[in-house]
Amino acid sequence: MKIDMIQNTNSRRSPYLRQPLTWVRRVGALTLATLVAGCSSDVMSPAGHVAVQLRNIMGISTFLMLLIVIPVMAAVCIFAWHYRASNERAEYDPEFHHSTSLELLTWAAPLTIIVWLGAITWVGTHQLDPYRPLEQIDARTPVDPDVEPLIIQTVSMDWKWMFIYPQYGIATINEVAAPIDRPIKFELTSTEVMNAFHVPALAGMIYTMAGMQTTLWAVGNDPGVYEGRSSHYSGAGFSGMSFDFHVLEQTEFEDWIDKSTQAEALDRQRFLELAEPSENVEPMFFDLADEDLYHAILNRCLLPGEVCMDEQMMNEHARKNGGVRGAHHAGAHEAGQDELPVQGKGGENDRETLSDGESQDPGELESDEKPAAEVEPVSLNDNSREALTGQQN
Amino acid sequence: MATEAIHDPTFLFGKLGWHSIPLYDPVILGTFVGVVVLGSVLVGALTYYKLWGYLWREWFTSVDHKKIGIMYMVLGLVMFLRGFADAIMMRLQQVMAFNGSEGYLNAHHYDQVFTAHGVIMIFFVAMPFVTGLMNYAVPLQIGARDVSFPFLNNFSFWMTASGAGLTMVSLFVGEYAKTGWLAFPPLSELSSSPDVGVDYYIWGLQIAGVGTTLSGINLLATIIKMRAPGMTLMRLPIFTWTSLCTNVLIVASFPVLTATLALLTLDRYVGANFFTNEVGGNPMLYINLIWIWGHPEVYILILPLFGVFSEVVATFSAKRLFGYSSMVYATICITILSYLVWLHHFFTMGSGATVNSFFGIATMIISIPTGAKLFNWLFTMYRGRIRYELPMMWAVAFMLTFAIGGMTGVMLAVPPADFILHNSLFLVAHFHNVIIGGVVFGVFAGINYWFPKAFGFKLDRFWGLVSFWCWVIGFWVAFTPLYIVGLMGVTRRMRVFDDPSLHIWFIIAGFGALFIAAGVFALLMQIFVSIRNRKALAVDGDPWDARTLEWATTSPPPDYNFAFTPVIYNVDAWSDMKAHGYSAPTSGFKPIHMPRNSGAGVILSGIALVLGFALVWHIWWLAVVSFVGMVATAIRHTFDYDRDYHIPVETVISTETSRLAPAGVSSEG
Amino acid sequence: MSSMIETSPDQPRVWHLEEEPHHAEGHSTPLGFWMYLMSDCLIFAILFATYAVLGDRYGGGPDQKALFDLWLIALNTAMLLLSSITYGFAMLQMDKGNQQGVRKWLLITAAFGAAFLVIELYEFYHLIHAGYGPGRSAFLSSFFALVGTHGLHVTFGIVWLFVLLAQINKHGLTHSNRRRVETLSMFWHFLDVIWIGVFTIVYLMGTI
Repeated sequence: MKIDMIQNTNSRRSPYLRQPLTWVRRVGALTLATLVAGCSSDVMSPAGHVAVQLRNIMGISTFLMLLIVIPVMAAVCIFAWHYRASNERAEYDPEFHHSTSLELLTWAAPLTIIVWLGAITWVGTHQLDPYRPLEQIDARTPVDPDVEPLIIQTVSMDWKWMFIYPQYGIATINEVAAPIDRPIKFELTSTEVMNAFHVPALAGMIYTMAGMQTTLWAVGNDPGVYEGRSSHYSGAGFSGMSFDFHVLEQTEFEDWIDKSTQAEALDRQRFLELAEPSENVEPMFFDLADEDLYHAILNRCLLPGEVCMDEQMMNEHARKNGGVRGAHHAGAHEAGQDELPVQGKGGENDRETLSDGESQDPGELESDEKPAAEVEPVSLNDNSREALTGQQN
Repeated sequence: MATEAIHDPTFLFGKLGWHSIPLYDPVILGTFVGVVVLGSVLVGALTYYKLWGYLWREWFTSVDHKKIGIMYMVLGLVMFLRGFADAIMMRLQQVMAFNGSEGYLNAHHYDQVFTAHGVIMIFFVAMPFVTGLMNYAVPLQIGARDVSFPFLNNFSFWMTASGAGLTMVSLFVGEYAKTGWLAFPPLSELSSSPDVGVDYYIWGLQIAGVGTTLSGINLLATIIKMRAPGMTLMRLPIFTWTSLCTNVLIVASFPVLTATLALLTLDRYVGANFFTNEVGGNPMLYINLIWIWGHPEVYILILPLFGVFSEVVATFSAKRLFGYSSMVYATICITILSYLVWLHHFFTMGSGATVNSFFGIATMIISIPTGAKLFNWLFTMYRGRIRYELPMMWAVAFMLTFAIGGMTGVMLAVPPADFILHNSLFLVAHFHNVIIGGVVFGVFAGINYWFPKAFGFKLDRFWGLVSFWCWVIGFWVAFTPLYIVGLMGVTRRMRVFDDPSLHIWFIIAGFGALFIAAGVFALLMQIFVSIRNRKALAVDGDPWDARTLEWATTSPPPDYNFAFTPVIYNVDAWSDMKAHGYSAPTSGFKPIHMPRNSGAGVILSGIALVLGFALVWHIWWLAVVSFVGMVATAIRHTFDYDRDYHIPVETVISTETSRLAPAGVSSEG
Repeated sequence: MSSMIETSPDQPRVWHLEEEPHHAEGHSTPLGFWMYLMSDCLIFAILFATYAVLGDRYGGGPDQKALFDLWLIALNTAMLLLSSITYGFAMLQMDKGNQQGVRKWLLITAAFGAAFLVIELYEFYHLIHAGYGPGRSAFLSSFFALVGTHGLHVTFGIVWLFVLLAQINKHGLTHSNRRRVETLSMFWHFLDVIWIGVFTIVYLMGTI
């Protein structure tokens, strides 16, 4: 938005090469571009490979639907005009109220479109799953397996964002940066209320929730400054909950990191001060003094004496499995227990991740399509917080 | 403002105190003065013209489904003015809050405004309108004397009104929720919302929810049990079919809302931990549960209007509806599928790709029966003879508007697209596109269509046209900019903006809102002018040459609807009757068995309002007293065995002869 | 159903029936009440689902095995099941037209229902007193919500039962009162069915 100028001057690599359905994509993107009548926007002119693909899927699906929507709207106009009562020449046939072939058509036409759209949805949703590690950094370049992804631990607070860089030992508030073309893995949580992390130019949005962790993979391809913000209403200071996302050249990025290493130290005490509600916060930079800070935020054990949730879950798990209960319960096994949280509503399919591999997915709908990676999503119905066991970093 | 925490609750008044009255806010104070003045004028006028007795006897205590239907419509209209005022305030704020300006609403006020706008428009505008239309038309369409449980109908209405009343009280006493219309936890928990706003939200919806559920059960039983002889399911008018499906949805989804809000209540009142961040609570559970109700709710709103459009398009095209049975099956498909798509409201909460694609594709599948419906209306117009009366104009505007709204809806159903469009103004534009383009246009079509049925005169055409064009143009001017800025990634519920390049879009949207405001004004003028000119606009029983059974009786219908229960031979019963030389009976009248009016519904709901207020403010003694009072009143009502009477045959004869004879063969049809 | 009369479009037309199709008072009540029960059932479905999701979130607090005394609950369950049987006896007496018998069996039903409630309240009191109230953990929140909602229903059932007894005393086994006895019967058995679910899922599966 405000950085459109910068962004538009950068040449974008064509995302269309080597992709199937190229022309469809082109037309789709064109259609959408026409829809917004030439105005620039982050969503429509993205700066990262993930956002490009998201936009393309949106373009294709719009195009597919227009195939049926435009003729129908035209027919509404034509029929509405032609069969007006004052038009003496129009045919009038009050008995025309049933036609098997026409009715078949009225069901088949939308069905055809939906079959196509459904296929695109299935494939697209799996390819662009925010939990799926990147395979390409842009349409032509596969991810270099030697490059370590940049991990950014993201915490939404009332009403600002904290970004922790565990690999660099720094933390920032309301400003975040990443080097160009390096895969970024966001691990996200929240201190209290829900928010959604959204940098429109970069990738899709994902919710942040207290005591739970979500994941988002992204990559920035064009240097520039892009606006990011919370896109899920979170209370009084919501409007000011925005930040700048810098996509930098490698050397610039190192300078940016240095700025923080020399800054104020961030320990738990300082974090608790920062966690107090505040609005329209200017960017701040910190040297991370407490390696365990993110773990403590995620597991809600910042204050002395608080038991971390992962620890608590582990204890409960051990207690249940160990049969340490009173005598008449001795010998009870966990079987019934563990199956108890059935997926009663089938809807609790949201999940969180754990960093260290414990993976279960008993969801009603099997997420068997999960990419094999070190990060496995776990269905929420499977005692989400228990799944935090083993969380570290 | 958030100062309540420092005021200790007292026994007598709970958390209530002088500080609860927002005297500091000039906007609210002005509104309050205005309401008091207008209210006094109204009360004074009613007293001066000695109308209280009439209103009590003929309306408030009435168990006549027609009068209850009309009261629902009045409630919807009044609440619409409130909800629309909120909309104008938001648009104005977003026009002003640029270039460093904070606008004229602080967060405390603005956040309440958008929450109240959503809640009021859905629960206290759209729901009463829809329920009102169903209440009025369904028993007439199936040839019944009334609904299955007439007293319950009256009670349901007053509970809805009572919920609306409690929501309105929050404007002047205390504050409303600042959480968005679904009050997602943890924001709606005590930890983040310690004030009474969320409590107003909860109790307002719970009270109204009782009314909605009971009314759903009532109409279901009516449609199943009270159909005239010969009116088989496949001869039901489409509006009754859609009402049937809607009420199935109501009965099978509102309990979910009740339970979910009850759990939130427990969190807030007894310190339970269902949706908190503490000791195992899980906010995502709430979000799932509320949308398991919320998505069917969308179809509760739109299905009956699909029915209205079906009646309108067939009537004004002078043709039987194309593809009646495919229309019925499409409606049933939508009813079932609407339960399988709730997760599409939070693709971005981190569900797995398989889950997301399942719900995305299920959502798209709904567009197939919906598309089939659109085709059916289209082919009904085909080879028809379309008369552009006002209801038909709304129907055509609906078809064009809804096609776009449906398309953007399917875009949002594609999870990857939703990742960038969710929570943006694009989403806001989409659901206004379907709710205004579908529900509101449909309600206006329905009002224009059935008004002569209810009152015996048509609505004024000139003001109707003004209203129509203002609404249609206003809608597109107001919401196209939101689509555009949504595609730019602009988030909803923002109070201030820092990007000046967006300003122009919000200014355009503001103008659109003004257009709509003109449309609202024209609507009120239309009603006013029509009442003034009612003699000139008077019509006989069947002014539209309509097709369904409700037009077979006089307009307005007598209390008992039909002097004789009609026998049905075909779909479009009234067309069939006209085609086969029906003439209204003139002899052989018998006394008619009817339910008796009762004041118990008003009293119970009045106490429910007090109970809700007491619970909001933690005035425990009053809560106990009013609860016991409610139970006692209800029990007392069950001891009243004398609930019906017979209209004497002389009254029937004089009514039948004094009214305009039903049009029948004399009609131009 | 009044629409049972067969009509076809080709038939000679009779536009209305000479005699009013008779809708006896309360003819829709069983259907309407069934639908109410189903909507109520949905409330319980949500509470069960909530329990299923939160039932093992102990938040550091005790679990089912530590809290529940299965023998007490078995006694409790027996009370409620017996009350269903005695309600059945009341219905049999009503079929015979024996007003005295109906009253007697309804009273016994109320006594069993009250016994059920007393035991439940004892359990609740015991838990809350020990510091395991609904706020202790998400598991206990969902437990109290589910079991408490059922208990609340039983309480209303008993109030209704006494109201009905008064009405039978006053008016005898009239048509309306018979319908009311039948309707309450549906409600009472419904609560029994729900309790079987509660007993199985909460207590049995929790402790065994």
